[in-house]
Amino acid sequence: MINPDSVGRTFHGVDQITVTQSEIDSFAAVIGETNTTVAPPTFSIRISLSQYESILTQPEIGVNWSRLVHGDQKFEIFRPIVAGDVFTCSATIETLRVAAGNEIISVRSDLHNGPELVVSSWSTLVVRG
Amino acid sequence: MIEVGMVLEEKIFFVDRDLLKAYADASGDQNPIHQNEEFAISVGLPNVIAHGMLTMALAGKYVSDWAGGSANVREFSARFIKPVIVPAGEKVDLTVNATVIEIDGNTFKLEITATSAGVKVLGMAKAVVVK
Repeated sequence: MINPDSVGRTFHGVDQITVTQSEIDSFAAVIGETNTTVAPPTFSIRISLSQYESILTQPEIGVNWSRLVHGDQKFEIFRPIVAGDVFTCSATIETLRVAAGNEIISVRSDLHNGPELVVSSWSTLVVRG
Repeated sequence: MIEVGMVLEEKIFFVDRDLLKAYADASGDQNPIHQNEEFAISVGLPNVIAHGMLTMALAGKYVSDWAGGSANVREFSARFIKPVIVPAGEKVDLTVNATVIEIDGNTFKLEITATSAGVKVLGMAKAVVVK
């Protein structure tokens, strides 16, 4: 069960994630994008999802990652991601509800390069009961 | 001249198991429901399904192309309402089109439709681009 006390709190990932050109190239290749001077619009999910996994599965939050389904996703991109960006990722648990035995959380992730907010994203994650 | 209500040209992407593997590697999402048929069926799915985020990434390519490049996409959102089912040895379609729903100067809001095998797979899909 997800700890209801985690709602409204912001958790910070401990990692600093450096974006490489080869990561942008691989992601772009999958969707057929040939211009890789900037990352494709959904590239940041690569960072957010792995950070969510390490942040949200901590015992004080308690998300069961093996039963997770992605419900929806939103990105606000303040500037495109480029190779050499070094990100820290936060996860804010905005809402938690239970419906039909599933736990549904809405999580906001902010990716900062130093003090600069580059991408905010919102994910609805469903932990199947 | 771009006007509200304008319907943009449809594009068809093709999705197969190789693409799912490539996306898993590129995104880091190695959930076996996207690669292992036996596992997918064991958890109640009809077959291997595409990552929702792969569907969204392809729809994002559609949006980027219209906007003149990835750098012009400012907002992008979607709900994953039905999976894209990817049987072994098949290439399934992801058919994407969009309608211009708002214009503010050089900023355009698009409503995006994405279907696979005739089934709508993304809901409430919208993007804001500058061009």
